[in-house]
Amino acid sequence: MTMLKVPVGPRDHVLGDEHAPVTLVEYGDYECPHCGRAHPIVKEVLRRFGSEVRFVFRHFPLTQIHPFAESAAETAEFAGAHQLFWKMHDGLFENQFRLGLPLFFELTKLLGLSTSELQTALETGAYTPRVRSDFMGGIRSGVNGTPTFFINGHRHDGTYELADLVLSIDNALMSVSTSAGD
Amino acid sequence: MGRILERGSIAPGFTLRVTPDQNLTLSELTGHPVVLSFYPADWSPVCGDQLALYNEILDEFQKYHAELVGISVDGAWCHAAFAKARHLHFPLLADFEPKGAVAKKYGAYREGEGVCERALFVLDKDGVIFWSYRSPIAVNPGADGILDALDEMARRGDGHDHVESTSGTAGSRSGR
Repeated sequence: MTMLKVPVGPRDHVLGDEHAPVTLVEYGDYECPHCGRAHPIVKEVLRRFGSEVRFVFRHFPLTQIHPFAESAAETAEFAGAHQLFWKMHDGLFENQFRLGLPLFFELTKLLGLSTSELQTALETGAYTPRVRSDFMGGIRSGVNGTPTFFINGHRHDGTYELADLVLSIDNALMSVSTSAGD
Repeated sequence: MGRILERGSIAPGFTLRVTPDQNLTLSELTGHPVVLSFYPADWSPVCGDQLALYNEILDEFQKYHAELVGISVDGAWCHAAFAKARHLHFPLLADFEPKGAVAKKYGAYREGEGVCERALFVLDKDGVIFWSYRSPIAVNPGADGILDALDEMARRGDGHDHVESTSGTAGSRSGR
């Protein structure tokens, strides 16, 4: 079974209760249409499970086929440096159909951040190593496309449809409670 | 379905079209580790595409001085169009005439369908197979197996003298 090689740590963007028994990690690409479709599904999963699931998003941009994927990821990191990662993350996925620099600047302004700072960050590649490090961690963990999910470190090989994700998380919750009772 | 060539076998030599007017011979790559990626067909769906993934980590292969080549039964003109459309920056070889002849030597040809298996071979600098893997045809095997093999080869000194850097998790290994 394929396992997550880079454990969730302080560098990660984490949504939800840090003591949640289940951690859902997504390797995703803001320009990938499948990731765009998975985005509201992930939200629904988090709504359903509440404090039982925390969510981590890591970048996996396929830059040669998705021309805006890398700069989108770096824009999210830029917002993350100002503790606004998840707001940018949502904005990028919800406006995926018009991904591009004008959108990145528009969202940056909406979040009250400096567009010239963003421009400098993109031009100097300030967040390139960070995005690349997510990507390579994914490669080493056997991520072969996006979105790829890991549930408590195990790769979820089902689809990203709600029923499949819910089933996998239910199983993970069950095995957590079983091993806790040992 | 036959078996693909395994670790320890000498990689069968070949000369194949790499562009409409150029050939590539395996022995030209001797001295470097070589990654041979047989795949069924150009123009497979984008997001889960294996070659697009490898294309993103060419600099990682570089760290091992490894040469990556893709091989399918598609013709050189098809490869050229495909590489251009997907911005692929590594050679695609055409195992086109006689069809699949090289894939057959590696045990990586699907007779019924007339396409290559989705099979990976990592060769050491002397052209001996160090690692091989056949993936179910519809499953993109990712790149972790290749990088793990290159790591192991570098540690043993079989592949190349040194590796400039490896990523943080390079030392760990789990069963595949």
